[in-house]
Amino acid sequence: MAVCAAIIGKDNSPKYFTCLNPDEELIFQYKVLSSLDVIEEKLNTGNKTGSDLRELYLGMLYSLERHKVYGYVTNTKIKFVIVIDSTNTSLRDNEIRSMFRKLHSIYTDNVCNPFYIPDEPITSKSFDKNVKLIISGV
Amino acid sequence: MDDTLFEFLHSEVVNYVVDVTNKDNKDEDLSNLEYIGFSVGYKIIERLTREMPRFKDELDMMKFICTDFWSAVYKKQIDNLRTNHQGVYVLQDNGFKFLTKMSNGKQYLELAPRYVAFTCGVIRGSLANIGINCLVTAEVQNMPACKFHIQVQRT
Repeated sequence: MAVCAAIIGKDNSPKYFTCLNPDEELIFQYKVLSSLDVIEEKLNTGNKTGSDLRELYLGMLYSLERHKVYGYVTNTKIKFVIVIDSTNTSLRDNEIRSMFRKLHSIYTDNVCNPFYIPDEPITSKSFDKNVKLIISGV
Repeated sequence: MDDTLFEFLHSEVVNYVVDVTNKDNKDEDLSNLEYIGFSVGYKIIERLTREMPRFKDELDMMKFICTDFWSAVYKKQIDNLRTNHQGVYVLQDNGFKFLTKMSNGKQYLELAPRYVAFTCGVIRGSLANIGINCLVTAEVQNMPACKFHIQVQRT
């Protein structure tokens, strides 16, 4: 399933990052952060044309030799990014969409945790566990 | 049932905050209450906008606050929304929940600020999280009606 997931805050600072293979973490961080420009571009062109792009799910941002990067931005400008192994062709758009939806839902639950200070990196262990379950497709 | 819980909890919070801050100074300080509201609003909006399409502009966000948001928190919609299209919005609620049980006129008018401070914070917090920095003040002239003035901070 997905190989990496990241949550990026309003001000483009990373809030949470996880990937299946810890050795590749640095490479993925680089890929995720470079996708932020694409997200920004998509959001801005959406504003000009008006009705276009009202959905939170942005679809595929760009594809690399081995990976595809997908994005999702909430109304509160929190960005979710998921990286998929492109050899995995069985994964449909709908499944990715539902993965983002689940991710968004556990993120909102985490924000409602009174011990979580908004805009701080997420350190909750149960959140981490749930994200890992979602991206591994269980 | 959960409505009543919220109402009683709110009035106890008001009592507590007023009690604590009134001990040493004569002027009533409601900023704590407003701040509690701010963090509540900041978190609640995250959940309410989850299944929503992206907002088009500021007015769209204000409409959301007046309809969906207000019904989620106060079980009714805002009765009147006015704006000068330059960043000032006035939200009028003719039967504001925290005031309806108190009086139907000018009695207890001097205590009204205590019961609207939390809500000002809630509005400010939720707007802050969807990207609008603003000042929110409330005005009560005749009791259950309440007007919230929202002044958007540009730059």
